[in-house]
Amino acid sequence: MAALLEAKALTAGYGQTAVLHGIDFAVEERGVSALLGANGAGKTTTLRAVSGMVRTGGELRLAGERINGLATEEIVRRGVAHVPDGRGTFMELTVEENMRLGAYVRRDRAEVEGDFERMFGYFPRLRERFKQQAGTLSGGEQQMLAITRALLLRPRLLLLDEPSFGLAPLVVQEIFAIMRRVREEQSVGILLVEQNASLALDFADRAYLLETGRIVVSGPAAEIGQDESVRRSYLGY
Amino acid sequence: MDGLAHQITAGVATGGIYASVALALVMIYQATHHVNFAQGEMATFSTYIALTFIQAGLPYWVAFVATVIVSFAIGVAIERLLMRPVQHAPVLTHVGVFIGLLLIVGNATGWVFGYTTEVFPSPFESEGLLLGGLVSGHELGSTAVTLAVLLLVYLFFRHTTLGLAMRAAAYNPASSRLVGIRVGWMLALGWGLAAAVGAVAGMMVAPVVFLDPNMMLGILLYAFAGALLGGIDNPMGAVVGGFAVGVLENLAGAYVVGTELKLTVALAIIIGVLVVKPSGLFGRVVLSRV
Repeated sequence: MAALLEAKALTAGYGQTAVLHGIDFAVEERGVSALLGANGAGKTTTLRAVSGMVRTGGELRLAGERINGLATEEIVRRGVAHVPDGRGTFMELTVEENMRLGAYVRRDRAEVEGDFERMFGYFPRLRERFKQQAGTLSGGEQQMLAITRALLLRPRLLLLDEPSFGLAPLVVQEIFAIMRRVREEQSVGILLVEQNASLALDFADRAYLLETGRIVVSGPAAEIGQDESVRRSYLGY
Repeated sequence: MDGLAHQITAGVATGGIYASVALALVMIYQATHHVNFAQGEMATFSTYIALTFIQAGLPYWVAFVATVIVSFAIGVAIERLLMRPVQHAPVLTHVGVFIGLLLIVGNATGWVFGYTTEVFPSPFESEGLLLGGLVSGHELGSTAVTLAVLLLVYLFFRHTTLGLAMRAAAYNPASSRLVGIRVGWMLALGWGLAAAVGAVAGMMVAPVVFLDPNMMLGILLYAFAGALLGGIDNPMGAVVGGFAVGVLENLAGAYVVGTELKLTVALAIIIGVLVVKPSGLFGRVVLSRV
């Protein structure tokens, strides 16, 4: 069976500058793959390449269908939700409007209402803030809103760019606990970028270590987490 | 006292026209961050289309609706054919395209429909003076139509999914793509809506000022003054500003500067706002670190 997402010799860059020099990775159906590496290694660019926000070369397949070269909005319509670097929240709009936009491409209106309730189950604070302008939320609440917005697409593949960034440890724990529930309750594959390597390795089943646009180590997350030399040289803990 | 009351109500009536055109300007501005100089000429062109329909024997309101639909299509076509290819070009390119559009649409109007001044019918003419002689039937009717249009636009943007998507696309195009919004089409729809709103303004003002290819030139200036006064990035502000400029212009014309210098009021407001409060009364002050 083909993987949910499969990248082969993927290259990407900005203008003349190449950032990814041909990387191979995969996300299985219902699986979690983590991309680890230092700042500037190309983690965020990899996510941007998957959702068509940067020019790509090589091959990207979503459930067997080639998706590179497609416009971002068309990739999203094939079931790829992206929580980008900086969260991508519509600050001027209300929480409710942000959530409605998350479900924008869906036609099953009745089920969207049900999903709203499910999201309030995950993040009760969003119900309290429902009519509030998104720009007034705290950092943690904004991250919850960003994940909610992405989940409301009912994605097959969820791209998460540093969900722990700038948040208090307790909030990070809460968010990862919810992500575990999401994995149990719905069929979604996740490609996770995370600075916090131990957190990511704990959550993922596969991990890829990026260094200046190349994958230097890959394998099951548990093995990488236990490999002393990899931990010391690349993960710094 | 009656004179003053009449000047104010007449000001509200013309203010409604300015408010509509100001709203059209703001809709394009929010999406592109530029002022469409050709908004007025496009409205004039639409009004000539309406006149053609009416002269062909269509009932007024049928011609009205047909004109709105045709204008919407023209607006969409302009975005797709002219603005789309230069969407990533620098500011000066956009300004150049807007000025080119202003000249081309303006002259095409004269070329196709002629330069003679035409009488444009009002559907409210027969009513005579109303509210104790304070307003003419046309003033009251056109204000009602304008308010209805503004209300419809408001409801569309506030309470429909498409309206929400258009606002999202204007605020944050990158995030909009990430929720699957086809941002390019939202811009085209915005142009269509602006052209349609402008067309209604043209049809409502033409019976008062008579129809000629330069009809909207002065009106665009007042509308721009109104948009700036209310805040060029705030649709509600632009509407309020439009009405305020209408009343101010009428009062200044009647009691201060005289009718010949009325247009100066618009220019004075533009300069005054830009010097004293560039963000306008209701606009958002944007700060950026350097």
